[in-house]
Amino acid sequence: MRLELIKRPQKSALYSAISPLLALVLTLLAGFLIFSLLGKPPVAALHAYFIEPLSEAWQLHELAIKAAPLIMIAVGLSVCYRSNNWNIGAEGQFIIGGITGSLVPILFPQFQTLFTLPVMLLLGFIGGAAMGAIPALLKTRFNTNEILTSLMLVYVAQLFLDWLARGRFRDPGGNNFPGSIRFPESARLGEIFPSHGSAHWGIVLAILSAIIVWFMMRFLMKGFEVKVLGGSPRAGRFGGFSSTKMVFFAFLLSGGLAGLAGIAEVAGAIGQLRETISPGYGFAAIIVAFLGRLNPLGAIAAGFVLALTYLGGEAAQMSLGVSEKVARVFQGLLLFFVLGCDTLIHYRIKFIFGEAGKPATAKG
Amino acid sequence: MDVNMLQNILLTIATASTPLLLAAIGELVVERSGVLNLGVEGMMVIGAVCGFAGAFITGSPWIGALAGILAGVLLSLLFGFLALSLATNQVATGLSLTLLGIGLSGMIGEDFVGRAGIRLPRLDLPVLSDLPLVGKLLFGQDPLFYVSIALTAAVMWFLFKTRTGLTLRSIGDNHKSAHALGINVLLYRYLAVMFGGACAGLAGAHLSLVYTPQWVENMTAGRGWIALALVVFASWRPWRVIGGAYLFGAVTIGQIHAQALGIPIPSQLMSALPYLATIVVLVLISRDRRLTVINTPASLAQPFVPDR
Repeated sequence: MRLELIKRPQKSALYSAISPLLALVLTLLAGFLIFSLLGKPPVAALHAYFIEPLSEAWQLHELAIKAAPLIMIAVGLSVCYRSNNWNIGAEGQFIIGGITGSLVPILFPQFQTLFTLPVMLLLGFIGGAAMGAIPALLKTRFNTNEILTSLMLVYVAQLFLDWLARGRFRDPGGNNFPGSIRFPESARLGEIFPSHGSAHWGIVLAILSAIIVWFMMRFLMKGFEVKVLGGSPRAGRFGGFSSTKMVFFAFLLSGGLAGLAGIAEVAGAIGQLRETISPGYGFAAIIVAFLGRLNPLGAIAAGFVLALTYLGGEAAQMSLGVSEKVARVFQGLLLFFVLGCDTLIHYRIKFIFGEAGKPATAKG
Repeated sequence: MDVNMLQNILLTIATASTPLLLAAIGELVVERSGVLNLGVEGMMVIGAVCGFAGAFITGSPWIGALAGILAGVLLSLLFGFLALSLATNQVATGLSLTLLGIGLSGMIGEDFVGRAGIRLPRLDLPVLSDLPLVGKLLFGQDPLFYVSIALTAAVMWFLFKTRTGLTLRSIGDNHKSAHALGINVLLYRYLAVMFGGACAGLAGAHLSLVYTPQWVENMTAGRGWIALALVVFASWRPWRVIGGAYLFGAVTIGQIHAQALGIPIPSQLMSALPYLATIVVLVLISRDRRLTVINTPASLAQPFVPDR
């Protein structure tokens, strides 16, 4: 048996709409299989994984906490990938943003005003953007592959944070545990509804950034430029667009949003600079971006789905004794299915059985 | 420095370089066929855990190495199905392979954390292995060292001295023309991708059976990505991959020795050196357009759908 792709005359509107849903269904089926193989009752396991974490108000707050960084990073990555630039170092930009934003409460703990938090958020954005600028500079100046450089910088950022949290930025009163001082109230991103749960304003920031970037992509010249240069660099050049500037725009925006997500996580959910501040948000956000069809608004919905895989992993570990690492497997499979289903948008898939399957071109 | 110490340092460098060489030479063939598989890290880490598990369960490190190869091939087939049969974006598909591999290896390996591993025995020839300075280097290393060197030579011969190798390279440079000549582009690419998977799996198994015979989560620590960078560094030439792999092996071992000597530089900075070195080397190579643009397989990372 072989399968053959037949180009559709135009993009299938049907599959454009349902391909992410199809991918989700396939992921659930794969989950059924995985849980069966692990010897767990699959239906109960899927229920514990995907439904139970949504049953109480405080859990929805947890979902929002996890979704906030994923959405914020994925919004930037959507634009970046649309422009055909491959920033896969968002995890590192997230970390650097967390560090630069934390400089304020750690180095100037007495600076506690209404401006403290805005300055921190701004610094976080700048830090992430600066980190993103490195692969952009190396790509435009030296023609260096941005995939590899941005990824390498993730390891560098992780080690740098580890060094800071154990060394220079360690809380002197912290009994030698790694981690900075706890941030004062003025340097914290507050909770939205403190009486119901612990979700902080990060999720609002995330949705706002998604709407702003969506508006830019939909209605502003810059958005058009991103799509033209991403679709056909040659056409873009004829149109007078600069691909060098686009590389910087894509990396500064995606790096900046990742940095903003980093400081929002540190000032919101964590409250101090620790030696690790991310359970792989920067990589999971790549999946969010693709599941959201590289559309900033799509990233909002996709962000909640990926946040659920994190929560489900924790829940499944507690109630079923399944390793929480199953979450990473679900995330990886989800991206596989998303990419596979997207093929249906441009192609019909034909299965060919037996001898008829010989390639017609073999005659030469 | 006495002769034995020098030999020991060179031996550790060879051990650190072998997994990089194995993974990179496999990916080189994949890229020469015009396919970019960014899932090397994922296939390596799966190879590492399956290599360990195979050896732990059967008691034979050789079966472990085979298990590593098999696991790498299976994962590469998953990539092949998407990127080749379904013509998906190769960058994104490779990334998802890495994410999946890291997740899957963590799950498989959970029961093996902290267990004592089994080391692949080193070669030990009478007289020859005991020669001063060169004895252990030439005749007393782990078997995968010899495999890695032989494989590099074989790939060099295959790509540049055989007709099939020429066909493979032509597919990498222009898949449309190759298809028009009646060459089965996807078949060649599937085989190349599987070869890359086998090499990455074996490279991972080297980590858990030779380099540090145990299973630690994420024990590849970016080596798969460094292997990808090595292919660019080598500008797609097999013999240059050896040089690159040993350069990185030397940097890795150098920073470990420097840390052990108590040089007052933060250990984290030292650990970051191989990654920083990768960036520097990539910049130095790619700024010279003659080396990269001309040598890059022209169809690299472009999906191919045979028309009729």
